[in-house]
Amino acid sequence: MPVLKLATRGVSVTKGGVHILDEIDLEVEQGIFLALIGPSGAGKSTLLGLLAGLETPDEGVVEKDGSPLQRPGLVSYMPQSDLLLPWRSVLANVSLGLEATGVTKREARERATKALQRFGLEEFAKVSPAALSGGMRSRAALLRTALLERDVLLLDEPFGALDALTRRSLQSWLLDVRETLAATIVLVTHDVDEALLLADRVIVLTARPARVALDLPVDLARPRSMEVETTEEFARLKRKLLGSLGVAG
Amino acid sequence: MRRAVPPTLLALLMLVLWEAVVRIFGIPSFLLPGPVAIVEAFWGSRGMLLAQSVPTAGEALVGFLGAAVAGTVSGLLINRSSLAERSLYPWLVASQTLPVIAIAPVLVTWFGYGPLPKVLVVILFCFFPITVATVDGLRAIDPDLIRLMRSFGASRWRTFFMVEVPGALPFLFGGVRLAVTYSVVGAIIGEWVGSSKGLGFLMIQDKNQFEIPRLFAEIALLSLMGITLFLLVALAQRLIAPWTLKQDK
Repeated sequence: MPVLKLATRGVSVTKGGVHILDEIDLEVEQGIFLALIGPSGAGKSTLLGLLAGLETPDEGVVEKDGSPLQRPGLVSYMPQSDLLLPWRSVLANVSLGLEATGVTKREARERATKALQRFGLEEFAKVSPAALSGGMRSRAALLRTALLERDVLLLDEPFGALDALTRRSLQSWLLDVRETLAATIVLVTHDVDEALLLADRVIVLTARPARVALDLPVDLARPRSMEVETTEEFARLKRKLLGSLGVAG
Repeated sequence: MRRAVPPTLLALLMLVLWEAVVRIFGIPSFLLPGPVAIVEAFWGSRGMLLAQSVPTAGEALVGFLGAAVAGTVSGLLINRSSLAERSLYPWLVASQTLPVIAIAPVLVTWFGYGPLPKVLVVILFCFFPITVATVDGLRAIDPDLIRLMRSFGASRWRTFFMVEVPGALPFLFGGVRLAVTYSVVGAIIGEWVGSSKGLGFLMIQDKNQFEIPRLFAEIALLSLMGITLFLLVALAQRLIAPWTLKQDK
């Protein structure tokens, strides 16, 4: 039996009279990379907010390591926009999460410096985030989240605002980062290729109110590269996903 | 520095024009003294004028600092507590319809001819723009940033100092720049109403004694004082919050 890292049990959410999530049962095994996919406005971000402890469900319960999750700050969470602070350098932005949790400034900056070096961003350490390209901003935001070294990493459409080429390069970068992290990852995306390239399992949500439409294991070999997208198996999985999303496949 | 050239040239041109008009039309100096006469008047009484500038500048500065404290504290209160917002804010707005000039004599009656009533007049003039700037600045903070800090598990204090304070600074400096220019006006009004020293006191005397060139010298000194205070705030902004300034291209 695999160990469960995260779970939602009959979780429903209604916001402003709109029924967003409808009795979602979700189990996330430790160490897997799970992708959540669904039509836009389906409540993927709401579900991620629940898993982050940032929101509470109207019904049901969210569990982490088998006990109810009642507060934020236990998992790493990366929101849709990079939210880099213009008054901090790139380095100080990357260390923000650590500093926010009470790690001394000095230690936080040291750890952020190492992370920037490891992922080839050290030349940007001292510049303002305003000087970064969209792709570099996303990398910095992802490092800020990953640096917390929590055992769960939640990513809310981290590359949604980027152009196609930059997306590709960030996806393969995330594949690299993933190899060095021993975290359970949940990724929200609306990109079928991205989900299949990165994830071990893809959950498809229906349109509002969201329910689980499909739970698809992705047994493509790891480590993966972009080439996997040209395989027969990938095409077969993609057809399945597109079918359940209601797109002709 | 190059930006200073056009306004300086314009000022020089106006001064030359002014002097020319005064000389060509033979305007008597008790009606409109020319710049040369004003400079002469200043030089003749320079010791006294500079000595009398000190109390005026002191009242403006102390009042301005008092207003900065009162304004940020009331702004914070209004931001933090909806009870304070509902009960305090309408009265603060209403207080701005009271003519401060009309209150000044009352303050003199209560607190005498010393510096206190002048400082209070300056505070009354200056605190409101700072209050509004604080409220608006805190209100303008991206709620996603607060959410991000929550996801880190940051305490309210850390969120306040790491995100809300720096995030509110652009607005706050806007209010402070406005307030600092009011501070000299406040000090002068305070002195007009009742005082035994200061530039405001001298102005009343010189007006009564038809020392009009010196009256103009006092006006020039006051405007110099206002410009200096404004530049000091601009310098502080550059040092404390450089990201709030648009970079010169």
